[in-house]
Amino acid sequence: MANQEVNQSKRKFLIAATSVAGGVAAAAVAVPFVTSMMPSERAKAAGAPVEADISKIELGSMITVEWRGKPVWIVNRSQAMLDALANHDDKLSDPKLEVTSQQPDYCINPARAIKSNIMVLVGICTHLGCSPSPKLQTGADMGADWPGGFFCPCHGSKFDLAGRVFKGSPAPINLVVPPHKYISDAVLLIGADDKGVA
Amino acid sequence: MANSNQQDSKGLLGWIDDRFPLTSTLKAHVTEYYAPKNFNFWYFFGALATLVLVIQILTGIFLTMNYKPEASLAFASVEYIMRDVSWGRLIRYMHSTGASMFFVVVYLHMFRGLIYGSYKAPRELIWLFGVGIFLVLMGEAFFGYLLPWGQMSYWGAQVIINLFTSIPFVGPDISLWLRGDYTVSDATLNRFFAFHVIALPLVLLGLVVAHLIALHEVGSNNPDGVEIKKYKDPKTHIPLDGIAFHPYYTVKDLMGVSVFLIVFSAIIFFAPEMGGYFLEANNFIPADPLKTPPHIAPVWYFTPYYSILRAVPPILNSQFPGVAAMGLSVVSFAFLPWLDRSPVKSIRYRGGLYKKWLAAFVVSFIILGYLGTEPSNVWGQFASDLPLVGGADRATIVARIFSVVYFSFFALMPWYTKKDKTKPVPERVTA
Repeated sequence: MANQEVNQSKRKFLIAATSVAGGVAAAAVAVPFVTSMMPSERAKAAGAPVEADISKIELGSMITVEWRGKPVWIVNRSQAMLDALANHDDKLSDPKLEVTSQQPDYCINPARAIKSNIMVLVGICTHLGCSPSPKLQTGADMGADWPGGFFCPCHGSKFDLAGRVFKGSPAPINLVVPPHKYISDAVLLIGADDKGVA
Repeated sequence: MANSNQQDSKGLLGWIDDRFPLTSTLKAHVTEYYAPKNFNFWYFFGALATLVLVIQILTGIFLTMNYKPEASLAFASVEYIMRDVSWGRLIRYMHSTGASMFFVVVYLHMFRGLIYGSYKAPRELIWLFGVGIFLVLMGEAFFGYLLPWGQMSYWGAQVIINLFTSIPFVGPDISLWLRGDYTVSDATLNRFFAFHVIALPLVLLGLVVAHLIALHEVGSNNPDGVEIKKYKDPKTHIPLDGIAFHPYYTVKDLMGVSVFLIVFSAIIFFAPEMGGYFLEANNFIPADPLKTPPHIAPVWYFTPYYSILRAVPPILNSQFPGVAAMGLSVVSFAFLPWLDRSPVKSIRYRGGLYKKWLAAFVVSFIILGYLGTEPSNVWGQFASDLPLVGGADRATIVARIFSVVYFSFFALMPWYTKKDKTKPVPERVTA
């Protein structure tokens, strides 16, 4: 037995088969570990839709509510603010809302809103996730031709009052409009719409 | 059984040597590891990096005794360490200063490699393990910076994790997976703690051991870039230009350690925040997920790469090119052994071309580093009627120019190192 010639091809096949089987097993064992790092059931549940009372927002001001740990802005825009939205299309990167991932279908309109005065935006810059500061009024420290909007302090991205990004900003696309719907005239539900929960 | 060259050990040492290679290991790595006799100032920083590693591990262990990796408790537990734990403030400042000093000594250590060609054959693997150590160190610094759960911790982590979002197709899922939540949250803090205190330190120690084993296998380079193993004593086989690491270099390093500790202590006692460069003012405000601080910048050791990230404009509605450029600016170091075509190692025998490019690289690194600590409008804007740069932030244009210089140091290296006129290299080390 001991002197029997080694069958090299059989040995090679067995080594390859063992390696493949071991590799598959290692990959399978990695799955639970990798998956454990995804959001837990509790984190997913905490991502449930939130309600916001919009009846007390003064004209021309905004409130911030928290949805999935992110700030969501609700701006009550005046008629003058709405009228001004059409005046600077040439300065915007995507005035016609061609990047459709940034708002639900029902908000693809000039005001980016269901009720044109109520603007709902996720207050997270599309550049690297900072939260822009509201600069709702025209002019002031943003320069004479500032039409009102939002300014990100981290890298200087600028957005108008519909969350559309100005050309020359580091942010590549418009701010996100989250899925939302009106439960009543006074109560807005953020994170869900008629198609279901986001 | 026992190693043949250990017959002389007796008693307890002999008993151990029969069972464990204690004496032979000490000889191979310490008392009979022959290093070139012409080491200069630049050769302090490897030993100093080891010292800082020990400081970080030691202070880190004591910090974990009082720190709570939980979003609602973390900030307060750090303040507790600072105010109520006996000497806690000192231990925390040693750890935070140690982080910055780690990068100081590692950058100087890497610069030594650049000027004396220590990455060139046969030391490519030492260099690659070193680049690995550098990358893990950056990870350690990033994960550790989230733990105090201040405003800078929070928004810094937010920005860096969002860098991954820009990777085409899989980016958003990778970010979600890294955070473990839809935003930086308790889940993120908890896992960053795990990475910072156990996962990366283990990898780091492994890489340090590999770095040293590879070094002791091929032997140290030196300021002349000549191989001392070429000329050995015919009888003892000891390199003629080599001296034993112990006692000669242990004594030299002890001197370096003393000077380093003077500087280190002075920082801890008199300027632990270093004017906001080591510990940023905004990080003494608890994390607020709904409010970004008006100016966020990474800690100084990341700012050259951060400047490059900011300098690259979005292309085709994607910020990925900037992220890729930043990644490349760090990883580029790994390619040096194969980019450098010069026949000589040391800057002493290189021509003017390499010296000029190296100087340009160092200047770019420092200017990019400075710009990364400042907002992009720090130098104001160009007048809007200028051609090409009209209305652009001055600092952004400067950062773009120096980013190009930074990358051309690497990209053009095969060309300028080959073209460079070198001087003849001596056979043996010079005084």
